[in-house]
Amino acid sequence: MDEALFEFCLRMGDNTLVLGHRVSEWCGHAPVLEEDIALANTALDLIGQTQFWLGLAGEVEGKGRDADALAFRRDAWDFRSVLLVEQPNGDFGQTIMRQFLFDAWQSIILDRLKGSSDDRVKAIAEKASKEVAYHFERSRDTVVGLGDGTAESHARMQAALDKLYPYVGELFGADATDREIAERGIAPLPADLREAYDALIAEAMVEATLTLPDSRWTHTGGRDGSRHSEHLGHLLTEMQWLQRAYPDARW
Amino acid sequence: MVMTPTTEEVWAWLGEVPDPEIPVISLTDLGIIRAVAWEGDTLAVTVTPTYSGCPATSLINFEIERALRAHGVEKIALKRQISPPWTTDWLTEEGRAKLEAYGIAPPQPAGGPDKCPHCGSTELERISQFGSTPCKAQWRCKDCLEPFDYFKCI
Repeated sequence: MDEALFEFCLRMGDNTLVLGHRVSEWCGHAPVLEEDIALANTALDLIGQTQFWLGLAGEVEGKGRDADALAFRRDAWDFRSVLLVEQPNGDFGQTIMRQFLFDAWQSIILDRLKGSSDDRVKAIAEKASKEVAYHFERSRDTVVGLGDGTAESHARMQAALDKLYPYVGELFGADATDREIAERGIAPLPADLREAYDALIAEAMVEATLTLPDSRWTHTGGRDGSRHSEHLGHLLTEMQWLQRAYPDARW
Repeated sequence: MVMTPTTEEVWAWLGEVPDPEIPVISLTDLGIIRAVAWEGDTLAVTVTPTYSGCPATSLINFEIERALRAHGVEKIALKRQISPPWTTDWLTEEGRAKLEAYGIAPPQPAGGPDKCPHCGSTELERISQFGSTPCKAQWRCKDCLEPFDYFKCI
């Protein structure tokens, strides 16, 4: 089995799965109807992308596990999502800030994956990058609107940024898997995306009148599965409940 | 002895299958049927999804299969193809006209509708980047004040 490619697909797919689930928690609860619809649509795209990534992971693994089996029958320690995406929704501002920080990264990596040496990875990136460009446009506009909005919305967005920024660095980690995947031309080395990411974020923060924290210190432990935050287990309990209570249930 | 239908006939049949979410246009109008071919005695139909998570995807496959069976095709293979990714450039001219007549503004390269599908005014404003299905956004006409769906251009 191609361990490195399997791991890479899990990292991509678990990010979109966990964030897709988090965003779907807003369904029926967003501040206005238009936002409710926008959040649900974003979640839907992310879960659709998950089906591609986890579907490919299952194919690479070759043990008969499909996207559903990987999504619903693994426990927290087998998840390879970054800590950023499992953070709770908080208020609407925090949700949008988390989305913005993730969309910016995803828009950059997917663009690079369009040149992947693996045709399957390339096809997923071509498809997903169109959707993500749309997500990024919206989350960026909303972050700018709320950041440069009222005193209340500004304060909330700054608090969201201060809270979430210490999770951003994990997206750019580098371990043996990252190096092997980069050497094989499947994906860029995550660290090589940092400069483009910083530029994209900095530009938006100026418009949003928000201040990026000075420190680049980052929490880690999600993308290698060594230490997820307590939030992931609670999220999985809800997401996986049906398949755990009624294995193989279909309708 | 039953004659094997030609691929042209199959395309025509698929042209009569409505999109489950926007039934005014057909699957071929939408541009999601990428290929029709006979592989031995099996009819292979290649379908591409509009959006990754579009919930209509499985229903679309079901509708294709049902339509082909109704025309007597027994062995059907549905293939999913995601590359090249679907683009609204693949909407047919007929499909665009049907959307507009139905009250949905067709996609424009500029990224927004060119006119209100109800009164034709060009004084428009965006309400939301998203809408009732993944492929649409919500806009409003500032003249007739009617809100309307806009088919996103991707």
